[in-house]
Amino acid sequence: MRHIISILLENESGALCRVANLFSARGYNIESLTVAPTEDGSLSRMTLVTTGSDKVIEQITKQLNKLIDVVKLVDLSEGVHIEREMMLIKVRTLDEGREEVQRLSDIFRGRIVDVSDRSYTIELTGAGDKLDAFIAALDEGDIIEVVRSGVSGIARGESGLKI
Amino acid sequence: MVADFFVGGSNDPGEAVLELSGAEIVIRSLADEGVEFLFGYPGGAVLHIYDALFAQDKVKHILTRHEQGATHAADGYARSTGKPGVVLVTSGPGATNAVTGIATAHLDSIPMIVITGQVPRAMIGTDAFQEVDTVGITRACVKHNFLVNDVADIAETMKKAFYVATTGRPGPVVVDIPKDITDPSIKIPYKYPKTVSMRSYKPAKKGHARQIKKAVELINGAKRPMIYAGGGVILGEATKSLITFTRYMGSPITLTLMGLGAYPASDKQFVGMLGMHGTYEANMAMHECDVLIAIGARFDDRITGKLDDFCPHSKIIHIDIDPSSISKNVQAHVPIVGHVEPVLKDLLKALREAKAKPDKKGQTAWWKQVAEWQGKDCLRYRDTKTVIKPQYAIETLCKVTKGNAFVTSDVGQHQMWAAQYYGFEKPRRWINSGGLGTMGFGLPAAMGVQLAHPKAQVACVTGESSIMMCIQELSTCRQFNLPLKIINLNNGYMGMVRQWQEFFYEKRYSESYLEALPDFVKLAESFGHVGIRVDKASDLEDALKEAFKMKDRLVFLDIMVDPKENVYPMIMAGRSHHEMHLMPEGDAG
Ligand SMILES: Cc1ncc(C[n+]2csc(CCOP(=O)(O)OP(=O)(O)O)c2C)c(N)n1
Ligand SMILES: [Mg+2]
Repeated sequence: MRHIISILLENESGALCRVANLFSARGYNIESLTVAPTEDGSLSRMTLVTTGSDKVIEQITKQLNKLIDVVKLVDLSEGVHIEREMMLIKVRTLDEGREEVQRLSDIFRGRIVDVSDRSYTIELTGAGDKLDAFIAALDEGDIIEVVRSGVSGIARGESGLKI
Repeated sequence: MVADFFVGGSNDPGEAVLELSGAEIVIRSLADEGVEFLFGYPGGAVLHIYDALFAQDKVKHILTRHEQGATHAADGYARSTGKPGVVLVTSGPGATNAVTGIATAHLDSIPMIVITGQVPRAMIGTDAFQEVDTVGITRACVKHNFLVNDVADIAETMKKAFYVATTGRPGPVVVDIPKDITDPSIKIPYKYPKTVSMRSYKPAKKGHARQIKKAVELINGAKRPMIYAGGGVILGEATKSLITFTRYMGSPITLTLMGLGAYPASDKQFVGMLGMHGTYEANMAMHECDVLIAIGARFDDRITGKLDDFCPHSKIIHIDIDPSSISKNVQAHVPIVGHVEPVLKDLLKALREAKAKPDKKGQTAWWKQVAEWQGKDCLRYRDTKTVIKPQYAIETLCKVTKGNAFVTSDVGQHQMWAAQYYGFEKPRRWINSGGLGTMGFGLPAAMGVQLAHPKAQVACVTGESSIMMCIQELSTCRQFNLPLKIINLNNGYMGMVRQWQEFFYEKRYSESYLEALPDFVKLAESFGHVGIRVDKASDLEDALKEAFKMKDRLVFLDIMVDPKENVYPMIMAGRSHHEMHLMPEGDAG
């Protein structure tokens, strides 16, 4: 099962390494990992997407909690939540293709953020499968570059992950 | 001699502010933590700190002959006292040499603070002379580590290091200190923090009342209850509560390799150690019990054997301070996260209030069954007057020391025999590297034990291969007059390796024979100690007595034991508890 684990951790040098180290040392999967400071500069918020059986996920959350730099965490997949990922994608656009790409981008609510004679760069935000679908809709040979941010997530409703 | 940096600096209001350098702060904070011994080895990056050390005599430095020795000695000190062991080493090779000792402490949850020198801040990352990324290298084998970035942070970091190392599930903490922030010319006001609080670290204390209630329900009416306790009981100072609890239960109790001494070996409820080389009765009782109470133990693979067939008939109550230990290898039906001491007290109280007890008739039948297993006499061996059986050597050691010695060990067959045949009556007396299995641990660990208990009998049970790994520490023993007794069970082989090769590799003894061994008697003598070689079983007891009579000398007993003896019982790796191999009939005498 795929899980999205959201972590508040001390914004200290090495904190990110401890999390990454834990996953490699214990052989857990990381599908994606994003991290940035929060409104409180002493804390970072990390969103980590991983897969594993219930038993493995239980160990992952326990081991994460054991890290001294981890202040709090929540497994977002246990409740209703919003999941977003941002993608920047550069596509080769020649002749008729140019209009086709623009149309596709509109359908997916993407924004063209850079233009050259022979390419568009499109910014697209959504759940991971939407980004996948957009990539699939394009002609593979036309894709010059794909940059995905990894998943960020937040729980629905008024409660939040805070200290 | 009292250094000026010991005058003032208390937290009393109105007292003059004490200005100290980073190096002085390091030493002064150790003194403020009540540290008696600092085990270490100097080098460039820590010279300012060594200079501050020179100016005082509150913290006594123990110069080992290798940084590995320093970490194991601090570890032995910690295991035998319950207080954290403290180490000081230089950057680069000093730090890497310490890694084995840090990992050893980590796997057995031993509180330790390791201060490592680092190159000056401006040179970090430049591949400077004696630079290694100590925080990076040790990250995977510490409870936590710090790189101190500012002289103003040293005192608080030291406080945090002691707090993290000694609370919750204990463990080693590394504090990496760049040389420039220990500069003697830069002084700042010193105050050692009285308390520390970390929002990201809140170790569990009491167990959850609802879980305790569930445990009471399971125990009530249990027909074949079994207690399985480990090193957590010793670390948590819960021996007394464990004894009271076990008496109340009336059930059999087994201990892990790390837990020996947490319950008196001579007590009739004790059925011996469990696991790969555990007793027949302990392992069979694990297999057949209906309620298992695991206390401060972590279901290590050397304990459980084949997981699918572990305690197949049993409901499991698991008490541990570390939530990640619970349901990691074996699913617990009733997990109780908390410090073992208050949890045991609360559980006992709840049992008494509910008048909950195991089923009387059931338990009578259970003990009858246990007695039948005990009838196998699985630790029996063929005693001789000539060839020295290693089991006999340990039994005799136990007899001569009246079961009262501190016994450290190295790793191998001798370790298992010491665990099986020395009856430990008290906690913190049996000191071995159970988790990492570090050869070379025994001698330096014994030094730490002897320093902490100068009058006590301290024996290091070792093998001719293990002892060679930290043999240089004999020199440290000379310098500090540590009258250890080294019990070298010399079988001329890496016995444990040889045993596996005999069983699983058709006796192809690949590289498990140590050729060109030294003359240990002469070796001991060259370090200024006494060496005695024992070849005959009939001489052994007298030799041991003679050794222990020399109260102020280190005696190295080189005991030539049966080279082909194997450790039994044995559960082969991947097998389950009821599939034990016992000593072949002919050998069991
Ligand atoms: C540092 C280290 N290297 C290798 C091993 C693997 N090992 C485990 S037991 C053993 C043999 C120990 O021989 P000895 O000290 O003579 O003890 P014996 O088994 O003969 O009693 C070895 C090599 C280890 N545990 N630690
Ligand atoms: Mg040997």
